[in-house]
Amino acid sequence: MGELIQHLINGVGLGAIYALIALGYTMVYGVLQLINFAHAEVYMVAAFAAFYANKGLLEWLNAVAVPGWVIFAILLLVAVGVGGGLAVLIEAVAYRPLRGAPRINILITAIGVSLLIQNLAQIGFGADPKFFQPSVANASLFTIGDSEVLLYDVTVLLVTTFFLCVLHYLVYHTQMGIAMRAVSYNPVAASLLGVSINQTISFTFFLGGALAGVAAVLIPLKYPKIEPLMGTLLGLKAFVAAVLGGIGHIGGTVLGAFMLGMAEQMVAAYLSSMYRDAIAFSLLIVVLLLKPEGLFGKKGIEKV
Amino acid sequence: MVMSNRSGSIKSGIFFVLAVSITILSFAVGCTSKKSNEILIGQFASLTGSEATFGISTDEGVRMVIDEVNEKGGIKGRKIKLITLDDQGKPEEAASVVTRLIEQHKVVALIGEVASTRSLAAAPIAQAKKIPMISPSSTNPQVTEVGDYIFRVCFIDPFQGEVMARFVIDHLKLKKVAVLRDLKSDYSVGLANFFIKKFKELGGEVLADLSYQAGDVDFKAQLTQIKSLNPEGLYIPGYYTDVGLIARQARELGIKVPLLGGDGWDSSKLFEIGGSAVENSYFSNHYSNESDDPLVKDFVKRYQEKYKKTPDGLAAQGYDAAKILVHVLESIDEITPQKIRDGLAQVKNFKGVTGVITIDEKRNAAKGAVIVQVKGQTNKYVTTINP
Repeated sequence: MGELIQHLINGVGLGAIYALIALGYTMVYGVLQLINFAHAEVYMVAAFAAFYANKGLLEWLNAVAVPGWVIFAILLLVAVGVGGGLAVLIEAVAYRPLRGAPRINILITAIGVSLLIQNLAQIGFGADPKFFQPSVANASLFTIGDSEVLLYDVTVLLVTTFFLCVLHYLVYHTQMGIAMRAVSYNPVAASLLGVSINQTISFTFFLGGALAGVAAVLIPLKYPKIEPLMGTLLGLKAFVAAVLGGIGHIGGTVLGAFMLGMAEQMVAAYLSSMYRDAIAFSLLIVVLLLKPEGLFGKKGIEKV
Repeated sequence: MVMSNRSGSIKSGIFFVLAVSITILSFAVGCTSKKSNEILIGQFASLTGSEATFGISTDEGVRMVIDEVNEKGGIKGRKIKLITLDDQGKPEEAASVVTRLIEQHKVVALIGEVASTRSLAAAPIAQAKKIPMISPSSTNPQVTEVGDYIFRVCFIDPFQGEVMARFVIDHLKLKKVAVLRDLKSDYSVGLANFFIKKFKELGGEVLADLSYQAGDVDFKAQLTQIKSLNPEGLYIPGYYTDVGLIARQARELGIKVPLLGGDGWDSSKLFEIGGSAVENSYFSNHYSNESDDPLVKDFVKRYQEKYKKTPDGLAAQGYDAAKILVHVLESIDEITPQKIRDGLAQVKNFKGVTGVITIDEKRNAAKGAVIVQVKGQTNKYVTTINP
C-alpha cells in the first residue's frame, strides 16, 4: 500500500512535467495545425540557458548570501525569456515564410529546425552531459504512510499549477487570448475582423516556448542531467500526451499528460521498465485507432 | 512564378557544383598525404557522450606511453603516431570509426574500447580485416571470443562478479541484496548475471533483479519496489552517469543501504553527479592509485605532472594496454598486423601498473581485482581479491 502511494506521487510528478511540454505542442497546433517538432529543442536550449545562468549566478553571488529561491526565480525568468524568445524566432525565421505552403512542407521544416538546433547544441555545448546543481536543497516535507513527499515534488506541482492558471487566464480572459482562439477557429475571418495574424501566432509561440522554459527549470530539479539530445524523447512523449488528450485542446492535453505519466510509472513499477516507452507509444496507436481526435478533442471537419 | 523558379534552380545548381567540388577536393587532399615512416596505431574511444571520462582517461594513459616512446626516439628509429577517433559513446559510431581507422588511416593495431558493447561492435571488423585489437578495459567475456585478433588487458566479468559477491558475503556480511542492471549494456547484463550466480552459490539471497535502460532519467518506479523489499545492499553494475542519478533518487526515496558496483563506476564524475548519495559505496576496480608498488607510485607521479590530475583505473588500463603493445612492437623484427598478433598472444608476466599481466589462451588477462570505497572525489582502497 505504501508502495502504491509512492508510485502515485512519482506518477503525478512525471505527469506535471509532460503537461508543461505538451501544452506547447497543443497551442501551436491549435492555431496553425502544425506539429512543431522543434518545440523539444526549445526546451533543451532553455535548460542549457538555465544551467549556465545557475552556474554563473552561484559563482557570482557566492560572496553575497542570497536565498536559493531567489536564484530559482531568476532562473525561471531566464528560461522563460530564452524559451519564449527562441520559439518566436523559430516561427519568424522558419515557419512564417511558409505560411501559405502545403502543410507537409512546414512539417518537414519543423523536423529540419529540430535537427539543426540539436546539432548546433552538440557543437556549442558539447555532447557530454552536464549536471544541474540546484540552488535550493531538497528536503522531505511530510510523509504519507512511509512514502516521503519531497520539496521538489511539491515545487514542481505548485509551479506547474501556477503557470497553468496563468495560461488559462491569458487564453480565456484577455484580448490576446480571444484573438488566439479566433485565429485557431478561422484565420481568414479573424484577419478580416482586424486580428493581426502574425502577432497572434508569435504570441502563441511565445507562450509555448515560455512553458517549455518553465519545464526546463523544473525538470532538472528531479532529473539533473542536461544534454543536447535530452529533448527528443521527452518531446515525443509530451506529443503523445497531447494527442492522447486531444491536441489543440488545453484541458485535454493536461489530463492526457497526467494519464501518461501515471501509466508509465505503473508499468515500470509492476511490469518492467523495458515496456515503459512501449506503453507510451502503444497508447498513442490505440487512441489514434479508436478516437483519432483524442480523448477530449472535438470532432471537426478535416480542413485540407 | 517562372522567374523565381528559375533563380531557385540556378541557386541549387551552384550549390550542387560547390558540393561536388568540395568532395573531390577533400579526396584529392586525402590521396596526397605521403607515406611516412611512422607506425600508425588507431584508437577508438568515447571522448564525448555519457561515458566521456572513460574515453578521455584511456586516451591520456595511452598517449602518455606513446609520447614517452617517441621522446626516446621511437621503435627502431620509427616514431609511433596515435590516431584517436571519437565514437561518441555509440556502438554504431564505434563500428564506423574503426572501419575508417583500418581502411583510410591504415593502422597496424587498434586500442579500444572501454565499454563492452562498443568493443563488441568493433571487434568483428578488426577480426575480418585481421588487425589486432587490444581492449584496455572491456570486461564482458564475449569480447575476445570474437576471434584470435582480439585481446584484452583486464580481467573478465565472471571474475569481477565473483569478487563483489565474495566481498559482500565475507567482508560486509550482507546476505540479502537487490540488483538493478542496465538492459542496454552487454557489460551490465553480464556482470549482473555473474554476480547473482556467485552470490547465490555463497548462500546469499537476491530479493529483486530489476532493470533500467542507459539514458533513462527516472528510476523511481524500480527503486520504490526495491525499497519495499528492504534489501541490505543494492548492486548496480552500470556506468557512472546512470549510477550517479540512481544513487540520488535512491537516497531521496529513503534507501539507506550501501550501494555496490563494478569498474563502470570509476570516474571523477561519479561524485560530481551523485554527490553525497554515492558516498561510502563500494565498487570493484582494476587498480588503486593508493598502492605502495613503486611502479604504480611512479606512474601516478608522472601522470599528475602531465595532466594535473590523479589517474583513474581506466587511465591505468589504457597505459598498460599501450605499454604491452609497445613491448610487442619492440620485440618483433618486422611490424605487420600478423606479427603483432602473434607477439601479443605470447605476452607473459608483464609487470604493468594494474598488476602482472599474462595473456591466456583465450586472449584475456588473468589478474587480481581491488575493492575501493567512494570517499568524496577519491576512491579509498579497501582490499585486493585475487583469482
